[in-house]
Amino acid sequence: MFWDKPTETLHGEKLKALQLKRLKKTIRDSQNVGFYKKCLADAHVRPDDIRTLEDIQKIPFTKKQDLRNGYPFGFFAVPLKKVVRIHTTSGTTGKPTVVGYTPNDLDAWADLIARNMTMVGVTEDDIFQNMVNYGMFTGGLGFHYGAEKIGMTVIPSATGNTRRQIEMIQDFGVTTIHCTPSYAMHLSEVAEEMHASLDSLKTGIFGAEPWSETMRSSLEERLGVTAFDSYGLSELFGPGVAFECPERDGLHIWHDAYLVEIINPETGENLGNGEQGELVITPLVKEAMPLLRYRTGDITMKLEDGCLCTRGQKISRITGRSDDMLVIRGINVFPSQIEHVILKIPEVGNQFMVYVDRVNHLDEMTVDVEINRDYFSGELTDLARIQKKVVKELRDALELRTTVKLVEPGSLPRFEGKAKRVIDRRGDAI
Amino acid sequence: MDVKKYVVKQISVFSENRPGRLAAIAHALGEEKVNILAFSIAEASGFGVVRALVDHPEKAHKKLTSLGFNVAFTEVIAVHMKDIPGGLYEVAKILGDAKINIEYSYAYSGKDGAVLILRVDHVEEAIEKISKSGATLIESSVFH
Repeated sequence: MFWDKPTETLHGEKLKALQLKRLKKTIRDSQNVGFYKKCLADAHVRPDDIRTLEDIQKIPFTKKQDLRNGYPFGFFAVPLKKVVRIHTTSGTTGKPTVVGYTPNDLDAWADLIARNMTMVGVTEDDIFQNMVNYGMFTGGLGFHYGAEKIGMTVIPSATGNTRRQIEMIQDFGVTTIHCTPSYAMHLSEVAEEMHASLDSLKTGIFGAEPWSETMRSSLEERLGVTAFDSYGLSELFGPGVAFECPERDGLHIWHDAYLVEIINPETGENLGNGEQGELVITPLVKEAMPLLRYRTGDITMKLEDGCLCTRGQKISRITGRSDDMLVIRGINVFPSQIEHVILKIPEVGNQFMVYVDRVNHLDEMTVDVEINRDYFSGELTDLARIQKKVVKELRDALELRTTVKLVEPGSLPRFEGKAKRVIDRRGDAI
Repeated sequence: MDVKKYVVKQISVFSENRPGRLAAIAHALGEEKVNILAFSIAEASGFGVVRALVDHPEKAHKKLTSLGFNVAFTEVIAVHMKDIPGGLYEVAKILGDAKINIEYSYAYSGKDGAVLILRVDHVEEAIEKISKSGATLIESSVFH
């Protein structure tokens, strides 16, 4: 099924012409942003120099750190009064990254979500429970408006209270759910404990964290759904950037809205079909916050064109990151954020180690920090207070509950050269 | 009264809760010929504090610190108990009646009878109350 068949099946010269037209507009719009004005000037590129899609390679990349440097509104290309919504995503340190939307942006975004959901076969007859965070995270409102646009019956259940979520699925006859794959697994276990049947479910849309094919089979068996992978990031609206079609063999990325490059993350050189590298995207329809050659940090590759569904060229499912970003229960965490928090707390030392495990299908993050000699009073209660303080500061900064372990001064590894402070023990565990 | 002479110096050592930590502390004290008169381990999530009453607290502090341990001195008081059934009750009742709030406590029994070691909020005030109440405080010079 198609939401917008002519656009979704655009190929060849017609697609390129549309992309080029939109790219030129995006570059012009970007000149309202100080960063891009300087960026192009420094690279001796005038907007008019971009005459073909390949010419984009003359423009330097934009990194997440650049967005962070523009905090809060430095990347807005329109006056703030034209911005009707703000979301944030975790920054690499302290402050978050801010993204803004004009009414056209929100409409374009909802339209992409409507395309994705229609592609996997859901319609206005479906009842949709959206079990992700509805706050600053783009996953909640993004899917919400897309599903409403299709005319689905939307239950904005957000996160938490799994038993209540299960009751709603039963009582409302929910057919379609959206959540992180690990939460879906947790949901299935709680349902099992409750002896609750989830017969009404048909479709599961899972995203915001990487998941394996083993996880897919397991979720499909446990929940009785067909499971689809959803990809997006807040800097590019949010979810909806790329999505699996019923073939479930790679992600359709919407070429009319996103210009795709795959690069070697070390050299920046462009890679061809089948070559694995970092996904770099130039969004083509963003008004409030145009971006040029944004480095997503996600590792994928362009697949050979020609999907049975007749839509455009796919990318492979995301296989990893080119940087050290972690995804914990769907939340992006950079080790630098943790460092930033630790450095601000005098009671603990500057060294830390992060361990990530999967316990009962949910991600658990443990942070080891050394107690600072000067703050050891000899009293257990003072230690417990310090431990609580670190937990709280981390929760405030990461919006994530972590376990904090106080360790003896000097006991954590010291690194010469590149530090390896994160031990991810989740592996391919489901 | 000179309350100071009843203030006993305990060493408190931060320790991760993992095998071998107590052995490491005990080995270091043994090497320095520091005798441990009494000790206890207090445990929180993942870490703890080893508390010890030793004959040479300064030496113990220096040695453990040089080995990288995080060590602090804590002021405690020691109360004599009869080493017979009901001995603890006798002392505990006196402390209770005197409205002494105990943060933590541990005990040992030696050839001169049993000793209750107490960590309290206000050490000097507690010493005065206890000595008035009829219990026998032990001077720190007995230990160190």
